[in-house]
Amino acid sequence: MKAAVITFPGSNREGDVAKALKQAGATVEHVWHADTALPAGTDLVVLPGGFSYGDYLRTGAIAARANIMDATRAHAERGGYVLGICNGFQIVCEAGLLPGVLRRNANLKFICRRQHLTVERADTPYTSSYAKGEVIDVCVAHGEGNYIADEETIARLEGEGLVAFRYADAAGKVTDAANPNGSLNNIAGIYSPKLNVLGLMPHPENLIDSLTGGTDGRGMFASLVGKKAA
Amino acid sequence: MKARVTVTLKTGVLDPQGKAIEGALKSLGIDGLSSVRQGKVFDIELNSADKAAAETALKDACEKLLANTVIENYRVEIGG
Repeated sequence: MKAAVITFPGSNREGDVAKALKQAGATVEHVWHADTALPAGTDLVVLPGGFSYGDYLRTGAIAARANIMDATRAHAERGGYVLGICNGFQIVCEAGLLPGVLRRNANLKFICRRQHLTVERADTPYTSSYAKGEVIDVCVAHGEGNYIADEETIARLEGEGLVAFRYADAAGKVTDAANPNGSLNNIAGIYSPKLNVLGLMPHPENLIDSLTGGTDGRGMFASLVGKKAA
Repeated sequence: MKARVTVTLKTGVLDPQGKAIEGALKSLGIDGLSSVRQGKVFDIELNSADKAAAETALKDACEKLLANTVIENYRVEIGG
């Protein structure tokens, strides 16, 4: 598994996600947003968290028009994996790789806290190390994670099983109280129809070491490199 | 030539910032407001004086970057 982690001006989670990928056994190359091509043999493109372009205009809007996004789009069209985390989720939505928009959190506050998620399906390249319905404890850190889309899009995502993760309580109950940001149907992450593109607001890359709070995030990276989490 | 692009949220899209501003205005005792929606204004200077070309360029700018047409509408006004 060869991963290309894209850095935009204002990205700040590129180091964390590279660490998580390397821990799982992937090879990681850092790629600058102004580059026009991905490294040869790239399997996975990661758009990391942060505040690309200072969130100017709309979160992810300017990064979504960067040079490297044309190559990323072509990679996704070929069936290549694209993972957008937090600001990366905002970028893939702005780039049209996933539907919908991440809006300002319903309570208008920047939320930085631990958060339980349900793993909606375990038969995807990103979640095969988890069990279907498993509750994982990761963290969220965002001001604009309120996922919305029109009714038709939500119905399609739900109908085709493209919701990847939902905000839940520790028992796995998907409730309004467990929804940190107002996202429709507690949606925390979604897949493209071919399951090769995943966007999510929470940060699994920050829960990969018991020294720093837990290891529930490891499963995603282990799934990607095709082996079970230790 | 000057132009102004106004980007506004589509009807039905929740606007938590607008709601907060509405609440603040009401708490200041400003009466008669039924709702507040927040948008964006871009004042743009154009090199050429060709109105039709400017309109095409600005529409392109809105579609490609200035507005997210999933949730926003835009209006282009070209001045003298």
